[in-house]
Amino acid sequence: MSIKLLHGAHVPHRKNTADLAPKRMPAPAVVTVPMSMNIGAPAKPVVKPGDEVKVGQLIAEAGGFVSSPVYSGVSGKVKKIDEILLFHGGTCQAIVIESDGEQTPYEGIAAPTVTDLDSFIEAVRNSGVVGLGGAGFPTAVKLKVEPAKVDYICVNGAECEPYITADTRTMLDDSELLVDGIKLLQKYLQPGKVYIGIEDNKPNCISKLRDMTKDLKDVEVAALPALYPQGGEKVMIHNTTGRIVPEGGLPIDVGCVVINTSTLVTIARYVKTGMPLVEKYVTVDGSAIANPQNVIVPIGTSVKDVVDFCGGFRSEPKKIILGGPMMGVSVPNTDAPVVKNTGAILALDAKDAAPPVTTACIKCGRCVSHCPLNLMPAAIETAYQLKKPEVLKELKVNLCMECGCCSFVCPAKRPLVQVNKLAKGELNKYNAKLKAEAEKKAAKEAAKQEAAKQEAAKKEATV
Amino acid sequence: MDNMIVSVSPHIRSNDTTTTIMRDVLLALCPALIASVVIFGARALLVAVVCVAACVFFEWGFEKMCKRPNTITDLSAAVTGLILALNLPVGIPIWQAIFGSLVAIVVVKQLFGGIGHNFANPAITARIVMLIAFAGPMTTWAAPNFADAVSGATPLAQLGAGESVSLASLFLGNVGGSMGETSALALLLGGIYLIVRKVISWHTPVAFIGTVFVLALIKGGLTFGVAEIFAGGLFLGAIFMATDYSTTPSTKSGQLIFGIGCGLITCLIRFFGNYPEGVSFSILLMNILTPYISKWTASKPLGGVDA
Repeated sequence: MSIKLLHGAHVPHRKNTADLAPKRMPAPAVVTVPMSMNIGAPAKPVVKPGDEVKVGQLIAEAGGFVSSPVYSGVSGKVKKIDEILLFHGGTCQAIVIESDGEQTPYEGIAAPTVTDLDSFIEAVRNSGVVGLGGAGFPTAVKLKVEPAKVDYICVNGAECEPYITADTRTMLDDSELLVDGIKLLQKYLQPGKVYIGIEDNKPNCISKLRDMTKDLKDVEVAALPALYPQGGEKVMIHNTTGRIVPEGGLPIDVGCVVINTSTLVTIARYVKTGMPLVEKYVTVDGSAIANPQNVIVPIGTSVKDVVDFCGGFRSEPKKIILGGPMMGVSVPNTDAPVVKNTGAILALDAKDAAPPVTTACIKCGRCVSHCPLNLMPAAIETAYQLKKPEVLKELKVNLCMECGCCSFVCPAKRPLVQVNKLAKGELNKYNAKLKAEAEKKAAKEAAKQEAAKQEAAKKEATV
Repeated sequence: MDNMIVSVSPHIRSNDTTTTIMRDVLLALCPALIASVVIFGARALLVAVVCVAACVFFEWGFEKMCKRPNTITDLSAAVTGLILALNLPVGIPIWQAIFGSLVAIVVVKQLFGGIGHNFANPAITARIVMLIAFAGPMTTWAAPNFADAVSGATPLAQLGAGESVSLASLFLGNVGGSMGETSALALLLGGIYLIVRKVISWHTPVAFIGTVFVLALIKGGLTFGVAEIFAGGLFLGAIFMATDYSTTPSTKSGQLIFGIGCGLITCLIRFFGNYPEGVSFSILLMNILTPYISKWTASKPLGGVDA
């Protein structure tokens, strides 16, 4: 490969749980299943309080094109449909189900009939799967592409976030389903080539998948350097195929489709057995966790129940993160439920959770030299502080994927990702203002022309 | 459980801080400091201690006066003090060294907003101010301990006069000059440490020293070329002052341009100017150009589409 790899940061790996096969936890007493677990419209509940549900039974249907149905992860009784607070401050509906502890599978579970692209996409949609790597974008929408356009499919097994080993375990323990999934993609999307991108800190995954795909045509396991963020969609595409997704474009614009390994396994399992997405491999780790391990968790289980299953806390937790430490979301309490795209629960003790001391920028340029997308975070910060949205536009803050490299490497510990997020908001406002002004101007111009026309018509009439 | 700390990602940070970076620079300057004591005697240590103490004091005092947060623990003032000391002749009167520290910290650094905001290198600018204000003491060179000579004419003056200079003495530093500039070996050790620790990149020093070497080679052949890069303040300037973060470009291509520019100006002054040495002036002049170089060499966002 002669691709010049994108920049990144050498984050600690901390893959403490890589050798621990996931253990299935018993059904918790109660699960709280949010309707908003994907990018796009929330799902619409199809059950009501008092209804009996079983594992794999539909409890909410997709709320639009960019949406995804939800299935019950436990058997039991719907207790209520509640309004809950989401991490980002909004609210959404959530179905609260009391488990009977039996985990009886739904009798209507049956493998779907998949014969062509449309029925495959339909199956993906019905499986309830969304981007399990963290993005939570409904996979069926992503896969709805013209096969003629697909040159490459990148199966994303990078798992570049520290701590998380859920995808590692998926690649090791569910490798047959993963290969089934690759065959499905090859059959229905007809890519020229399939890359399986894995960071080279997982040599066992690389050798296992090389061995299992050696008879498949046009499948290559790409060992990527363990340089965060190899799993970022644009980074994965660039570092495997050498292609660059243009600003405002989608991977398919450059002939690529990226799909996470766990997502693909879920699809393959649904096509094979009809069991939709009802549970997740979750890595439970961090300095405050007594026994770090991988757990198979029904969706909707609270952080508290998962941590209790892992032997509770070693020391008092000060920060709970859903997802990895680079891009995960910190939540205010342990009631937060595991959702479709939760790959990890991290609990940090007081020492690890202590906020860093921020000092003045020393212009070392590390934020620039580590940014995978070649952005200039320090310059963006200055432009944001000076309230110059036109400079933010020039600096292309809109491209930022919030991977966290800049904040991670900053010796002055400046909150660069936070500022980028805020700056994007400012830029959106500025763009909206520009658009409104342009529209106003166009309307004015049109009115003027109209008036001139009428004037001319009048003149003609009088003559 | 409630009341967890909630913050924006990322939730882990690298171990590097401004203080660890400055500590690395101080460590990297130690070989040169030791060499200066060996070559010029204990007074070199005294000058170094005075400059460091004065710089730290002025930083603390000025910030106290302006009610700014105290930044002496980031060690940047100590770095400025040590670099300034290594740029002075060993016989410099103590009050003049203190005056230089005042110029460096208060005038060049703090009046422009403190760490990260100054556009010119504090130590370099202070040295130039001192060179003009105290021309006599600043160009009175003590003889090195291991030489037979009574006064230490600097090798650049000797080269300028067409005399030959021992390359081994130049490399080890057994020649006249500023305290910390004479031993290319000691400075090189520090430079390698900084590059290995990723505090600086090789681009600026290599471009700077390389440019001087090539131009000197053209002018006077191989021996002259080698002598020119080991002589004077080139290594000290190229490794420790042309790599200062806030006063030099942060992009790699910008650093190459900066280094080449410094090399060109240094040679112009050395070969055609009235001063025997031009490293300080070259860095200061390129400091002034830095905002433009940064603008020209700004990184291009991946996949960015021009509106």
